[in-house]
Amino acid sequence: MKIAIIKYNAGNIRSVAFALERIGITPIITDDADEIRSADKVIFPGVGEASSAMKYLSERKLDEVIISLTQPVLGICLGVQLMCNFSEEGNIKCLGIFNQDVKKFSQTEGVKGGLKIPQIGWNTISDLKSPLFKNIKENSYMYFVHSYFVELGENTIATTNYGINYSSALNKDNFYAVQFHTEKSSDVGQNILENFIKL
Amino acid sequence: MLTKRIIPCLDIKDGRTVKGVNFENIRDAGDPVELAINYAKQGADELVFLDITATNEKRKTLSELVTRIAKHINIPFTVGGGISSVEDVSVLLNAGADKISVNTSAFKNPQLINDLANQFGSQCVVLAIDTKFEGGDWFVYLNGGRVKTETKTIDWAKQGVALGAGEILLTSMNNDGTKDGFAIDITKAVSEAVNVPVIASGGAGTMEHFSDIFTSGKADAALAASVFHYKEIGIPELKKFLKTKNIEIRI
Repeated sequence: MKIAIIKYNAGNIRSVAFALERIGITPIITDDADEIRSADKVIFPGVGEASSAMKYLSERKLDEVIISLTQPVLGICLGVQLMCNFSEEGNIKCLGIFNQDVKKFSQTEGVKGGLKIPQIGWNTISDLKSPLFKNIKENSYMYFVHSYFVELGENTIATTNYGINYSSALNKDNFYAVQFHTEKSSDVGQNILENFIKL
Repeated sequence: MLTKRIIPCLDIKDGRTVKGVNFENIRDAGDPVELAINYAKQGADELVFLDITATNEKRKTLSELVTRIAKHINIPFTVGGGISSVEDVSVLLNAGADKISVNTSAFKNPQLINDLANQFGSQCVVLAIDTKFEGGDWFVYLNGGRVKTETKTIDWAKQGVALGAGEILLTSMNNDGTKDGFAIDITKAVSEAVNVPVIASGGAGTMEHFSDIFTSGKADAALAASVFHYKEIGIPELKKFLKTKNIEIRI
């Protein structure tokens, strides 16, 4: 099986590759359109800033490549945000796969004593509804690091609470996206990656 | 709900784990990768590696070690010690580190925090502050605690966050190595003064110390080294204990 990780100017791409290697898969890390199109599965990871990432992708026409993919695609963290319509981070138009906007956690919306931003750490995922979460228990802990979030909507397949309930995972057709870092979420994260590989 | 985090810290010298008391008397504590795997299995939420050699010739050894760690563990980790440029950070993040921590270099050149946040995002920039209570207030210390400054810890923490630090790692030199408990007052003060997570460090000796720093100290995470290294406190037992105290924790 050929797994492609999209290479762009975002961090933690190697971490995702290492996580796949731990489950016995050697991915290719590439920004070549043909390599990406011919892969069985595509992973779109990333830690970084939305507007500079979008700029990089569009300069290389990778934005068009991503939205035209028909095999299963998994966005992780920044990947999720780039797959939405619009991001408040740098006020940038994104790929528009999910018909939702990306907003910043608000200090005032917060829990008692105020929300700390970014959200850093382990939080639960619930209301799981996708083969991506096969054999994953409700309220499993996943590792999150983010300041921006996607509201609940028709594409939501997992919910997390940080001040408010938001989409911690989304799915539409062949596109899947998770706000948490599967590659850093211990054994549960590994199981979700395995589920994606088996889709 | 977001949990409180338990973070074992590994001090690294020449690629080995070492442990000192009050920043001194360093002794060998094993292979970092082996220890890291073990901690991840036991339920550590995150790891911190502080390179205390951190000379230029050791840089390459460190980035190789970071890659070995990243290959083997499936939880996040931070790398710190002697980081002084955007280039240093780029190397470590590319090697597989999730976050980096800066300390003395950031104090001497605060713009570094801003540059790192702009380039890599605040989420991977941890500002480490060594602090000591002296003459009625908490002051910032540099160079592994050897150099005193006249800057108050609270002021530096606020400035660091304003510049783009995404997290504060606060080590109390008065408490470090004593096993008498974390520094509750300054941790609480910093946690209330900034809107980013605060990791408390220095002084862990009992499980109650952890519950105290999470409740009274308002810490978001607690870091410890020797109590974990020398198996005085097991992470699974600690987490069970914290759960009974109604502290949100990942089990």
